[in-house]
Amino acid sequence: MAATTPEVVISVRDVVNRFGPQTVHDGVSFDVHAGEVFGIVGGSGSGKSVLLKTMLGLRKPDSGVVEVEGHDITCMSERELRGVKQRYGVTFQHGALFTSLTVTENVILPMVELFALEEATLQSLAELRLRMVGLPVDAGAKFPAQLSGGMIKRAALARALALDPALLFLDEPTAGLDPIAATAFDDLVLYLRRTLGLTVVMVTHDLDTLARTCDRVAVLVDGKVIVDTLPGIVRNDHPWIREYFHGARGRLMAAAGEEAQRGA
Amino acid sequence: MPKSSAFQARVDVAEGRLSLAGDCRAADLGTLEAALREWAGAGSRSVDLSAAGGFDIGPAWILKRAMADAATAPAVSGSLPAHFAYLDEMLDGTSVRTADIAPQPREPAGLVRLGRALEVRGESWYEALTYGGKLISTAGSSWRSWRHLRIPSVVRHAYETGYQAVPVVAVIAFLISVISAYISAQQLRPYGGEIFTVDIVAVGVLREFGVLLTAIMVAGRTGSAYAAELGVMKLNDEVDALESMGIDPYEVLVLPRILGLVIALPLLTIVADFMGLFGGAILTRYLIDLPWPQFYMRLDEAIAPTTFWAGLVKAPVFGLLIGLTGTLRGLQVRESSRELGRLTTVAVVQSIFLVIFADALFAIFFLEIDF
Repeated sequence: MAATTPEVVISVRDVVNRFGPQTVHDGVSFDVHAGEVFGIVGGSGSGKSVLLKTMLGLRKPDSGVVEVEGHDITCMSERELRGVKQRYGVTFQHGALFTSLTVTENVILPMVELFALEEATLQSLAELRLRMVGLPVDAGAKFPAQLSGGMIKRAALARALALDPALLFLDEPTAGLDPIAATAFDDLVLYLRRTLGLTVVMVTHDLDTLARTCDRVAVLVDGKVIVDTLPGIVRNDHPWIREYFHGARGRLMAAAGEEAQRGA
Repeated sequence: MPKSSAFQARVDVAEGRLSLAGDCRAADLGTLEAALREWAGAGSRSVDLSAAGGFDIGPAWILKRAMADAATAPAVSGSLPAHFAYLDEMLDGTSVRTADIAPQPREPAGLVRLGRALEVRGESWYEALTYGGKLISTAGSSWRSWRHLRIPSVVRHAYETGYQAVPVVAVIAFLISVISAYISAQQLRPYGGEIFTVDIVAVGVLREFGVLLTAIMVAGRTGSAYAAELGVMKLNDEVDALESMGIDPYEVLVLPRILGLVIALPLLTIVADFMGLFGGAILTRYLIDLPWPQFYMRLDEAIAPTTFWAGLVKAPVFGLLIGLTGTLRGLQVRESSRELGRLTTVAVVQSIFLVIFADALFAIFFLEIDF
């Protein structure tokens, strides 16, 4: 990937976001390359969600430019923006499945809204999405309240994939999952990236997910962003980043890992 | 990357051949679907993909399924979409034929549906009964000490449901009494009995309209608010959180709301009574030129000492009914946002119904005991 200039899918330039007197992003710039998994980390209140919303076109930045596939989304009309939005899929932290619809109805909702298709075709496409995310086909008839946390995340991903997006945004995809389910979800993301060539942007706090899936990581600190590969970030001298990757939890994990290796 | 070109699908019905050209994206699903249907009708014998570009995975899937559904495997010219490899890997040997997919459970027959509806209805009644029981036992135990009575909470609910409703209740009581005074005066004029307008307005407002309209207003305002508040707390697991702390949700959430309403509704009724009489006085003053002192004298003769109480005594009962319905329906919310909406509606409709029904029972009862 380093040899040739990678294709830029999203380009964020000098984005400033303010809430009253508080400046959340003070000139944030980075690129997301085609086909990579791009992680975003940052402390609580560092503006990860705001950054995600800005990239999704749900929030206009106070200044700066966000380009998706070469088009500036900050000065687009509603109609143009809708076209861009159909190119990406989003999963929200708590799934945001519509609780009054079954999983199948959730998945086909974007297709029902946008294309005139027959019921049988819609059912067939819903089945495809469920299979893609590894849900049993009979899960489609269930309501979100009847699903486990891991299944909700998968169902949300199935809905995000409904319109064949080239770009996937995941907000804390593995939060609240047990390590086995989280690993399975990481594998799923990697598998979809590999086979479908998706570009994935994810906000996550899960160090394992970061290490396993992300090609590059953006760290939000002090209203700025530092982008590097994960090893590069881990070697960074910034106190917050040191604390994040070398804090008590990180050390405990490393120590436990070494112990297990010695024991084996 | 193949150069992008507009998607085209043609079906040669005589040959049973499907020809696809250009890139097939998710937005082309409709075109592809129509072509596939026609192709299936023509016997789906061959596919020409030599001019086809890239396929999104959705279109690739329905094409694959249509090919699997064909009686004999169709002959393919040109290369299959790249995603077929992914789909094969994902399916891992399982079939994609429509016939092999387990059919969705059918809608149950009429009798089964009736049975289920009855079961749900029965459960709802059972729940209401146990709810009443739990509430009585909670009320019994919290009566013993001031702390468990949650006075601040009761006061807050009385303030929100009572004080804040004063303007709307006052205006409505005023307008209703003006309307009834106007109509009575008009009907009584031919008999020269306009003076009895005062009787009709006074008795009507004090015994019925004041309390009934207030209760209906409060049912719409507060019954829905109680149901929605508790429903959202239920959806958010807040009720379970309280219970897990060893705090009785009936004591902190339900009882103060009901008590607040039982206190607020009689006070609102007094406001409504006053405004109603005031409206009647103004209208008789200007419509039938009855000076204030005479209105007052007529009023004194028209109403018995019990008239005012006959209205007021109903208010706490109505408050209880509205409070019970609102909180019960709120706590019944489960799982989905649609339930929240449905049960909030049910709370308002049922509390208004119960209020009017109870009013009818009161009317019969008061008639019997000559109150």
